[in-house]
Amino acid sequence: MTALLPHFVHHRPETLPRLLDLLAEHGERARILAGGTDLLERMRAGIVHAEHVISLGRVPGLDHVRFDEGMGLTIGARASLADVGRHPAVRQFYPTLSRACTVMCTPQICNMATVVGNLVNGSPSADAAPPLLIHDARLALVSTAGEREISLADFFLGPGRVERRPEELVREARVPAPAPEAGSSFQRISARSAVDIAAVLAAALLEIGEDGRIRSARVALGAVAPTPRRCLVAEELLAGGEPDPALFEEAAGLCAAVARPIDDTRASAAWRRAMVGVLSRRALEEAAQVARGGVR
Amino acid sequence: MARTTLHLEINGDPYEVSTFPWRTLAEVLREDLNLVGTKIGCGTGDCGACTVLLDGKAVCSCLTLAADAEGRRITTIEGLAPSPTELHPVQRAFIAKGAVQCGFCTPGMILRAVELLAANPSPTEAEIRAGFGGNLCRCTGYNKIVAAIQAAAAELELAAGRPS
Repeated sequence: MTALLPHFVHHRPETLPRLLDLLAEHGERARILAGGTDLLERMRAGIVHAEHVISLGRVPGLDHVRFDEGMGLTIGARASLADVGRHPAVRQFYPTLSRACTVMCTPQICNMATVVGNLVNGSPSADAAPPLLIHDARLALVSTAGEREISLADFFLGPGRVERRPEELVREARVPAPAPEAGSSFQRISARSAVDIAAVLAAALLEIGEDGRIRSARVALGAVAPTPRRCLVAEELLAGGEPDPALFEEAAGLCAAVARPIDDTRASAAWRRAMVGVLSRRALEEAAQVARGGVR
Repeated sequence: MARTTLHLEINGDPYEVSTFPWRTLAEVLREDLNLVGTKIGCGTGDCGACTVLLDGKAVCSCLTLAADAEGRRITTIEGLAPSPTELHPVQRAFIAKGAVQCGFCTPGMILRAVELLAANPSPTEAEIRAGFGGNLCRCTGYNKIVAAIQAAAAELELAAGRPS
């Protein structure tokens, strides 16, 4: 028999202002329940303690997945991994995000868990993070004091720590539309199966200009540092260069050098570092192939 | 210890239940409403034994608060059979193909199969195997479960008048 959940006061606000009032009132003693797949498990295990649980289920206007060629993609706090991963515009314009959303967990968890929740938990191995980092995603945080927007790269502070105040809700993620000539790739290794937590993640986005050179590059890594992170030195090396195997190898070496992996039950630090090199190179090669007009 | 009164719609029937806010849907189904077809296995969302459909989508009822299921259509294994004397095609296929051994994973497997076949009426074997990553079985070795889902797909296609 599994353990029962600890006792808490449950709130089910029906409007955004009411939700923000509850967050302002209970702050640090409250937890927001979106999909619940991480929160309830951790509360049951005694890792997370909350006197108040605030469900988002009844608040209107939080479950959207919208795409507009000018505005890009917006993902509401309640939008599930399945909603995002299967959305036609996400599949077309953000195939790495679509893939991350569909391979990171079981079908049941995909139906429940949210993209925003995956980010807010602050896990170094959050699968949605590298694909959103390469697309320069931003987050909109709201509280009774108003709204602020920060870049996803600035949101992650450390394992389980993010730039969110206790009274704030991450209302949505905003992802700019990629350039038409961009290509991207998502690479993932997990020890046992696709639904296992990732041991190493890498994502890349390349824009290749008419002269055949790389106009801009993004490379992001997951599960190999205290937070998901971009590899800026590799991006600088790549920008302006010829998209060839030698350059990709050198950039992948920089990614492996900046990684700060740990030993844990899923993999050793040394193996992770080696795999960062392999996955980064594969991501760059595939992104270049897609950017040149290959299959996404 | 504030109890709360929930109004749940389960298998098309209205239920009123007085319970605590920290009770999961799996606990309320089994312990308050005696709908024990839904099983509790791991309690961490890995095994799929507690799978129910919420508005037609498979979810883990062990990680869903009962209160958050208010206002949604809940389908459990007890609600699949169209009449007291007739089973759902997926249930019949599990029996016909010998896809049940101890039976603990079966309700979750069948509900997930119903969701999968609604979205993809003629899945390939690879799609079935990938689609059941969230349902663990420790007895059958899965082969007969895959065969049952293929048989159910063919029967449902036939019933819908589509070539299988």
